Amino acid sequence: MVSLWKLYTLFFKMGLFTFGGGYAMLPILQKEAVEKQKWITEEELLNYYSIGQCTPGIIAVNAASFIGYKLRKIGGLISATLGVISPSLIIIVLVAALLRQYMDNPYVQQAFDGIRICVIALIINTVWNMWQKGVKNARGYIVFAAAAVLLWCFNLSAIAVVILAAAASLIPDWRRSKK
Amino acid sequence: MIYALLCYEFFKIGLFAVGGGLVTVPFLFDLSEKYGWFSTTELADMIAVSQSTPGPVGINMATYVGFKVAGLGGALAATLSEVLPSMIVVYLIARALAKWQNNSRLDKVLAGIRPAVLSLILFAGWGIAKETITDYKSLAVMLGLLAAMRLLKKSPIYFIAASAVIGLVLHI
Repeated sequence: MVSLWKLYTLFFKMGLFTFGGGYAMLPILQKEAVEKQKWITEEELLNYYSIGQCTPGIIAVNAASFIGYKLRKIGGLISATLGVISPSLIIIVLVAALLRQYMDNPYVQQAFDGIRICVIALIINTVWNMWQKGVKNARGYIVFAAAAVLLWCFNLSAIAVVILAAAASLIPDWRRSKK
Repeated sequence: MIYALLCYEFFKIGLFAVGGGLVTVPFLFDLSEKYGWFSTTELADMIAVSQSTPGPVGINMATYVGFKVAGLGGALAATLSEVLPSMIVVYLIARALAKWQNNSRLDKVLAGIRPAVLSLILFAGWGIAKETITDYKSLAVMLGLLAAMRLLKKSPIYFIAASAVIGLVLHI
């Protein structure tokens, strides 16, 4: 049986070598958890990912929690999750502390002026990718447009929009009800 | 008490942010409006740093915001609170995995939220863009970077590095 400490350190390593979102961690998990340690099968990993991306929270953390639970129940869940978030805690605190010192430097400012523009492009690119994957029918277009109106015209909070969209998804489809 | 407030707000984000990476951005955008802990420009910086450092983006941003608001304790409070809801949910699902996988109503709700999430992210992006894209030059750079992302499909870190160089050379 794998020790909790080993789970923590291995997920620490995986968190450390993941750049970007949860999907960036998928190939790393596949190599480490499926091929090398043989903790889970490939199919289980994909299941965890598909459930992980539609349950609350960060996908990479959800996948870590699932694997940890499978191996060592609740203790494993906690050590895997803490392992995957620990590198972020350490690195971001260091970077944030450093940036606080150097943010007044004109060169750093100019670089960040460019970077902020890139962030807008990154956001549009993310939405574009997600649109191609997730919005496929009239219902999707309507929910998208309705959410946009609620946000731009009525300044609703993000949580309110998520709750309303969840409620709207329970409205039955008129085409199906005619059959 | 700032730590309790951070725990409460990030627990909510962990509970309502469904999906990966930038999905937490709109919730953080709401936080900046509600409490004024950071400006939208600072939010853009945090997104960039989170995308170009190791670790899942959503976790990096929670740590960054927490640190910004209340130092090391804030970073811990925000990060742990953000992952707590998913730990609870995963625990419940893992216990009854087979039952949940075939729950079509749940699938429908989750698929139904997704288009709204896209609106949310765009709205947050709009709030940041108002501060950063101020003239034709910055708009042209943004469109150029977007085109490069669509064509090259490389990790964000390359584009962030390139845009830092562009900022230094062009004085945008």
